[in-house]
Amino acid sequence: MAETISFTLNDKDVSINTDGQRSLLWILRTELGLTGTKFGCGQAHCGACTVLVDNKAVRSCVYPVRNASGRQVHTIEGLSMNGDLHPLQKAFVAHDALQCGFCTPGMILTAYALLRENPQPTREEIIAGMDDNLCRCGAHTRIIDAIQSAAAEMKGGN
Amino acid sequence: MNDDRLMEIDSHDILTDPNLSRREFLKTLGSGIIIFFCVGDASVLEAQRRGRGYPDDFNAYLRIGPDGRVACFTGKIEMGQGVITSLAQMLADEIDIGLDMVDIVMGDTSICPWDMGTFGSMSTRFFGPPLRVAGAEAKRVLLELAAEQLQAPQDRLVAENGVIFDKQQKDKRVTYGELANGKTIARRAAEKPPLKSPSEFKVMNKPFLRRDSVEKVTGKAKYAGDIRLPDMLYARILRPPAHGAKLTRVDTSGAELMEGVSVVRDGDFIALLHKSPDQAAEALSRINSEFDVPQAKVDDEAIFDYLQANAGRENIVAQGGDLRKGQEQADIVIEQRYLDGYKAHAAIETHTALAKVEGDRATVWISTQTPFPTRDQIANALGFRPDNVRVITPFVGGGFGGKSPGQQAVEAARLAKATGKPVQVAWTREDEFFYDTFRPAAVVKIKSGITKEGRAVLWDYIVYYAGERGAAQFYDIAHHRTVSIGGGFGGGPSPHPFATGAWRAPANNTNTFARESQIDIMAAKAKMDPIEFRLKNARDERLIRVLKAAAERFGWKSAVAPSGRGLGVACGTDSGTYVAQIAEVEVDKRTGRVKVKRIACAQDMGLVINPEGATIQMEGCITMGLGYTLTEDIHFRGGMIFDRNFDTYELPRFSSLPKIETFILDLKDEPAQGGGEPAIITVGAVVANAIHDATGARLLQLPMNPERVRKALAAIAALI
Repeated sequence: MAETISFTLNDKDVSINTDGQRSLLWILRTELGLTGTKFGCGQAHCGACTVLVDNKAVRSCVYPVRNASGRQVHTIEGLSMNGDLHPLQKAFVAHDALQCGFCTPGMILTAYALLRENPQPTREEIIAGMDDNLCRCGAHTRIIDAIQSAAAEMKGGN
Repeated sequence: MNDDRLMEIDSHDILTDPNLSRREFLKTLGSGIIIFFCVGDASVLEAQRRGRGYPDDFNAYLRIGPDGRVACFTGKIEMGQGVITSLAQMLADEIDIGLDMVDIVMGDTSICPWDMGTFGSMSTRFFGPPLRVAGAEAKRVLLELAAEQLQAPQDRLVAENGVIFDKQQKDKRVTYGELANGKTIARRAAEKPPLKSPSEFKVMNKPFLRRDSVEKVTGKAKYAGDIRLPDMLYARILRPPAHGAKLTRVDTSGAELMEGVSVVRDGDFIALLHKSPDQAAEALSRINSEFDVPQAKVDDEAIFDYLQANAGRENIVAQGGDLRKGQEQADIVIEQRYLDGYKAHAAIETHTALAKVEGDRATVWISTQTPFPTRDQIANALGFRPDNVRVITPFVGGGFGGKSPGQQAVEAARLAKATGKPVQVAWTREDEFFYDTFRPAAVVKIKSGITKEGRAVLWDYIVYYAGERGAAQFYDIAHHRTVSIGGGFGGGPSPHPFATGAWRAPANNTNTFARESQIDIMAAKAKMDPIEFRLKNARDERLIRVLKAAAERFGWKSAVAPSGRGLGVACGTDSGTYVAQIAEVEVDKRTGRVKVKRIACAQDMGLVINPEGATIQMEGCITMGLGYTLTEDIHFRGGMIFDRNFDTYELPRFSSLPKIETFILDLKDEPAQGGGEPAIITVGAVVANAIHDATGARLLQLPMNPERVRKALAAIAALI
């Protein structure tokens, strides 16, 4: 059943008239034209589709768009502000923490939510927090290093 | 100026080229200095001739434009392996220009010359040398032009960072852009101009970060699934439940009731299209269909005997001496059988394509490793001329050998032709695990022998269905024979119940697992340290050097396995590169779980263009290798695949990671070798050997999952 669903997307108000059961992933990628959020598995196993809803990481492939009503949604496109890369993005670049780049938006947003919960995580805590995000190219060690250095730079802020 | 080598393009002789003339071709490029060059031998050009569409005496070119930028056009593609950076480094150094002024234009069949595809760790090895020659040729042209323009002899001119100046009068200077402006100069890099020596490198052999990462961390990087066209539709396609299944009944009426859904049916090919992909998926779920599934002949347990029973012709890969003599000389003979199951490529980006068809022309954006062969596949399916099909390759979200077949592109093109609208086909993860060209299951049988003194004297090796890459042993064994049966993939009838294909370092993962496990068993039987045993039986200097380097880096201390330390060693060669690894593992004897704690990897890959990129490839190889080694296995019965998503097909995770230490030997004066694959080949054996060292149990089948480890532990417990 079509309904009107409103939320903020990367700090701008959006309103969409659609079936609220549809997944946020496809609304973002098709109706709203933000293709930085990736489809990987469709069953919340891989994390490529991770976005932030009220600053918590959610798997948008299984997240009904209705649940985003009245909330703040951030995608990878909304992370860099005024042309400046977010410290996590900078750290991923500086550590070469990616190869094909397809899992990268989901990795960065999962790390963002992790650092909000735990601004100075240990290496073990990063591994535990990132463990359900899959990367096939094998950039894992560099991703951990990048998150650690971003955490140090952010010093608890974001 | 040397007019016989430098031709102004307004002359007429160039019209003699067949097909598209060089003149027409140059028109499409605009003005500038253009250097044509050829990668590979005559067979490459022959394949290109069959592909048509380009002047046929070159298959790559670079252009210096009026803006002073250098662009190299190649049919290779970037899928994460980093050639977008390493190819640019080579050009920057040879032309003496900043890396940020070099563009690598890849995988667009309308502007890039024919190329067979990106695989086999070949881009740096085979594309690199002629690319450097072309760069040096470009600089020679620039110096000739500058000498004329500055009225100074060439030996007084210095090229630096995109500018040429007179060293006696430094204000006499001209930029590359000024030299290229308003001219169209084409030259073929036929001769060998002097290349930079390693001592002159400013960019090559220096670590550089990836050049595409800002696009990738901001979500701006476009992959095939991210391309949007007006009125485009997304397709979901009805798939059979098993390979070989036949559609017996289908009712699409439920789907057709959905608003905005269109159905395309062409025989058994049934697709649902909608302007939103999830709605197309919803429509697909409303189809009622029945399939006739053929009786299963084999499953993931029975496949190994089945492969051996269906063995084809023997192909001798290598042989020397006399096996009977080897048998006589051996004091100890060891016979083993090694097994390796099917593996998925499992790139995080599924196979995706967007096709647009207008009249007799098609444009298709594809996640592919093979833009040109896929173009021909599409042309064939649509009945179009290949030149009328343009394939554009955006960023590719991982390939590993799996993105060479172009089935999804053909599907998209057929649907675009049928509907008259642009159509995207993005495989679901379940499609991906169904149509993937799996790494083939394989069997290796080895009979080997040693003397009491620990000399290897016999090696009789048969590999079934993995393929021969990496099969030939490289030790100093007097009496040896290596046989390969069944090519692994491609061509001819296959006993596999589904498609198989090249998977990162094809065949070599299986072959190196078997060979290096067997060598370890021989070392233990000889009561020798496994590195000392290898060195004693090695003659190849590169092998000896890389083994010693790994041992030194790791801090290896001599011991006979099983020492209880959990340390293993393995070595191998791939793509011209030598690799040696040492691993430390911990085995939970109760659960059978193996934790790899540390892997040190030494690599001899000749001249390294980008040490940073090469290191990343080694880390990626080791990480990916842990999957086939410990967890990844395709379960199936007949043509039915049971692992269809990441819940049961387990990729390596953050928590699987060992401490990885990489070491690249400094060999600047030796030719550059492949780097995208070698370090993955040794992971199976190095972990198997470390498990044996930890526990005394010998694992003979990949993956070494907890169940198999428990079984192997129980088997040795029964012996005690």
